[in-house]
Amino acid sequence: MNQEVRLNDLYQEVILDHNRRPRNFKKLENATACAHGINPLCGDDYRLFLNIDESGIIKEVGFEGQGCAISKASASMMTMAIRGKSRQDAVKLKDIFIELLTGDTVSDAVRAQADRLKIFEGVKQFPIRVKCATLIWRALEESLKNSNEKREVSTE
Amino acid sequence: MIESQKKMDVQKIRNDFPMLAQSMSGHPLVYLDNAATTQKPQAVIYRIQDFLSNEYSNIHRGVYTFSQEATREVEDARGKCRAFLNAAKNSEIIFVRGTTEGINLVATSFGRKLLKKDDEIIVGTTEHHSNLVPWQALCLEKGLKLRVIPVNDRGELDLEAFQNLLNARTYLVAVAHVSNALGTVNPIREIIKRAHHAGAQVLIDGAQGAPHLVVDVQALDCDFYCFSGHKVYGPTGVGVLYGKEKHLEAMDPYQFGGDMIESVSFEKTTFAKPPAKFEAGTPAIAEIIALGTAIDYLNKLGMQNIMYYEQELLKDATEKLSSVRGLKIIGTAEEKASLVSFELENIHPHDVGTVLNELGIAVRAGHHCAQPTMRRFGVPATTRASFAFYNTKEEIDLLIQAILKTQKVFA
Repeated sequence: MNQEVRLNDLYQEVILDHNRRPRNFKKLENATACAHGINPLCGDDYRLFLNIDESGIIKEVGFEGQGCAISKASASMMTMAIRGKSRQDAVKLKDIFIELLTGDTVSDAVRAQADRLKIFEGVKQFPIRVKCATLIWRALEESLKNSNEKREVSTE
Repeated sequence: MIESQKKMDVQKIRNDFPMLAQSMSGHPLVYLDNAATTQKPQAVIYRIQDFLSNEYSNIHRGVYTFSQEATREVEDARGKCRAFLNAAKNSEIIFVRGTTEGINLVATSFGRKLLKKDDEIIVGTTEHHSNLVPWQALCLEKGLKLRVIPVNDRGELDLEAFQNLLNARTYLVAVAHVSNALGTVNPIREIIKRAHHAGAQVLIDGAQGAPHLVVDVQALDCDFYCFSGHKVYGPTGVGVLYGKEKHLEAMDPYQFGGDMIESVSFEKTTFAKPPAKFEAGTPAIAEIIALGTAIDYLNKLGMQNIMYYEQELLKDATEKLSSVRGLKIIGTAEEKASLVSFELENIHPHDVGTVLNELGIAVRAGHHCAQPTMRRFGVPATTRASFAFYNTKEEIDLLIQAILKTQKVFA
């Protein structure tokens, strides 16, 4: 495939937009769960904050930190995708996202469930960048394991 | 000196390096990651193949011809490394796996044996992790103090501050000849002089110095100097630690095993003299011999000529990169080796690296194993283009075009 097409697949307009203007890019002072995600290879470094109510619904999500366009856009879009979801549904979506980026073959069902996140499938052509896209989801996984406790996750 | 420079026939030199004819992402490879590792000339590749095909045998195994020949070849390579550093004696040249092992060897065999509680070690702010973490670990183990020479905004070590750090408790100063993250050539001659005046010993991390500069350990008067074979156009898995004879004599062995003993009984073992004392086990024989070939190759080109040409590349790259809007060079020291670290406004180095890769350009994007340096300059990472004598100004133009293209993608 030619480079122009590959690059456009990776850096889609939506991804670039979320990189430029990340949504929910803030620390939550009243977070009930948080996690720290680091990619030591390239220095991506984010903190994720969740506010989960008693019935297990994610009421609020925020993140802060720095990293490449892929990791930042992924984090930004994740915050939008999981807000209002139950813990269980958020974990399900995490599994779908990981499968989208790491599965050998991806079914249309997975793509459909990934919904707006399916644009990240283009990252697959750049194996070294998959970790960037999944970093924040790994942090989410950690933060949901045990609320009220700080968690660290590293891609290495 | 400049008048005596021979003009480099770069096109002819490029033909010596098979990798330079490769393509990447459908483009001719533009290899600008020479500070990470250098490509190998055909002569080095042939030498390994030839040795393994026609001459291979273990060394120091006595009476048969091939073993004697292999032993002689390894000792010849030692002699070439001695001459490359202008050390006084072959026995001051220890073969190690690379710079990292050289530094760890000194930390273990010299540091652990001779340094005592409350002694002090000084390092630079801009050290590679491999010239920082071994000392940190030693300090923790033995209750030593680690002190750090600050750098100014150009990336130059502050000599006045260094002077103030030196005191009667300073046992060792460990600094890089050239910063791998910024390219700064550190004033090691002055550092060594001042350290010795204060009664301290000096280790120079030459990983980025030896590939670019003429090194004369006797003129420098450093106590230790190390470099990696793979960064001077030789194979991986081999490097050199130079140590002054008096230190090597006083130090403990690094590892124990074959080849490093004088005599062994169940009651007592006595150790061989340096360098054998520090070379336990079968070494990287083919790689050591091919490192000798790499040094021959550099000598044929002439380190002075290499320095002169690489400085031209550095000047060209610095000028062209400076003209790119939104690009900031990190590390603007007066004296630099041929590498440029930079950041692009609002574009993460990892994204720069990806776009450049799509255009066939190999650069390093990251913290360059120098996180304290990144922190000092307030960046998470940089993009680093590092040049060798086989690079051309046309390749620098391609780099600039690729950077402009990157900016367009992220505009």
